Amino acid sequence: MLDLRLPIGWLFIILGSLVAAWGILKPTETSCGAISLNLNLSWGLIMLLFGLGMTFLARLNRQSD
Amino acid sequence: MQVGFIDYGIIAIYFAFVLGIGFALKRQMVRSEDFFLSGRSIPSWITGLAFLSANLGAIEVMGMAANGAEYGIMTAHFYWVGAIPAMLFLSLFMMPFYYGSRVRSVPEYLKLRFNEPTRAFNAISFAVMTVLMSGINMYAMALVFKLLLGWSMTASILVSASVVLAYTILGGLTSSIYNEVLQFFLIIFGLLPVAIIGLANAGGWAALLTSVPPGFGELWRHTGSIHNPMGVDWLGILSGLGFVLSFGYWCTDFLVIQRALAARNLSAAQRTPLIAAFPKVFFPALTVLPGMLALSLIPALGSNTTIYSFNMALPLLMAKYYPSGMLGIGLTAMLASFMSGMAGNITAFNTVWTYDIYQSYLAPDKSDSHYLWIGRAATALGILVSVGTAYLVMGFPSIMDYMQMVFSFFNAPLFATFLLGMFWKRCTPWAAFFGLLAGTLAAIGHFLLSHWGFLSYPSMMAGNFWRSTIGWCVNFGVTVFLSFLTRPKPEAELAGLVWGLASASIAIAEPWYKRPKVLAAIIFAMAVAANLLFW
Repeated sequence: MLDLRLPIGWLFIILGSLVAAWGILKPTETSCGAISLNLNLSWGLIMLLFGLGMTFLARLNRQSD
Repeated sequence: MQVGFIDYGIIAIYFAFVLGIGFALKRQMVRSEDFFLSGRSIPSWITGLAFLSANLGAIEVMGMAANGAEYGIMTAHFYWVGAIPAMLFLSLFMMPFYYGSRVRSVPEYLKLRFNEPTRAFNAISFAVMTVLMSGINMYAMALVFKLLLGWSMTASILVSASVVLAYTILGGLTSSIYNEVLQFFLIIFGLLPVAIIGLANAGGWAALLTSVPPGFGELWRHTGSIHNPMGVDWLGILSGLGFVLSFGYWCTDFLVIQRALAARNLSAAQRTPLIAAFPKVFFPALTVLPGMLALSLIPALGSNTTIYSFNMALPLLMAKYYPSGMLGIGLTAMLASFMSGMAGNITAFNTVWTYDIYQSYLAPDKSDSHYLWIGRAATALGILVSVGTAYLVMGFPSIMDYMQMVFSFFNAPLFATFLLGMFWKRCTPWAAFFGLLAGTLAAIGHFLLSHWGFLSYPSMMAGNFWRSTIGWCVNFGVTVFLSFLTRPKPEAELAGLVWGLASASIAIAEPWYKRPKVLAAIIFAMAVAANLLFW
């Protein structure tokens, strides 16, 4: 059956890179209320990492089968 | 706040994935059991997260945030006194009977343990309840989309309904479960930043407590009387919420049990609620906390019934702090939560309808492919009816009050039937039936009495808690009383269905971290710690 970690991984890779790229292209939007933070860039990268981790786990699993 | 094309793009990508999973799984839906039970083949981390996510609908995400803004941290009682102990009980004491008896649904268990009328009563009331609940999700989604994207109520309802329809009809329970897990991660990633950024803007927890009403930061300290934000004392909390409502929901609602029944073996089925309970302990940070933050950071919150209603606490907070891009992720997370809540109800509905109503009473002895077809038709019908109930929910001030009211009619009395059925072999079939009937009628009677003003409570929630307790007690009392007057089933027929009459089970040797008892002990300690921390 379809390994669920693959679609999860790919979705987060795509969404994470998209949001991070948006954060680089539009760096003007860097305030979250009183806090100065490029939320798109930082959280996008975290999502990207999570996505890569998921696809990596799926690959590990396939190799061990 | 502007929603840019990037936000729409993110939502579109998410929809593409959801439908893609439905199509990828379509080929595997050959037998009706694949469609309704996922062929009992899913690993426990997936069933566990789906178990959690099927509940993570509008009620949890928007409703708990709304309650957080209304009642403060006492809302966390729904987690640390309510859900967690009930999930542990389900895993350790009830799952062996559900999974072990190989039933396909909760009503089917009632048929084996008691008789046909009890099953029919439960199947019908459950079918009614699921469509009532699934409408909440559709309504909440429509509300958010109307306010944030400017779509009309009807347009957002139709869009969300068609997507859920597509993926549940294609891939059945597996598709629903897979999407629920996908949705789980999206919800976490979409909601976590708003809690962190909100807390930073409020100046931390201690500063937050100075800007919300008194008593909002304490779980138990003010529960010696009813003079606390929720208007319920400790006894009301423990009996109404901690015992009856939560156990009634988590231990008997087929919507959640169905996820565990899809697991590979008994141990995996037992782990399903436990794997769900781990993240559940931390959920107040994603739901209750943002509600409290919204109260402090958005001064207008609670001031009117549409845009600034408590239900909008979370969306408003996102709109305030998320830039375009992250806003798309946040909206997708909410969308995901509504869809998983709706799909959870719909897959439970189509199973109960097909197995417990259609196959049992309307058209027995048809081919398996016929029932598979009926299951798909029931999916479409269920969604259609939910669209109708979505308009019904619009008349209620708070979705949480609406939901607990529905639960107090159906789930709370039912839990007494299960408790007696599973742990007392003397409990007789007809006593169970009339007890359940009496309990449900008592809850409805209590509702009418308070509706007409003969009974009054400090808050609607307090009324819900006490209604549940009364429904449960009436059912319990009537069932025990009638059990002594009627004839029990012979013990031979109860093997594997009642505590102490277990059918021979094979113990599987497993590492310690996979053993249900060990996991349950760890989770229990975590819930106790959370209660003490915010005492």
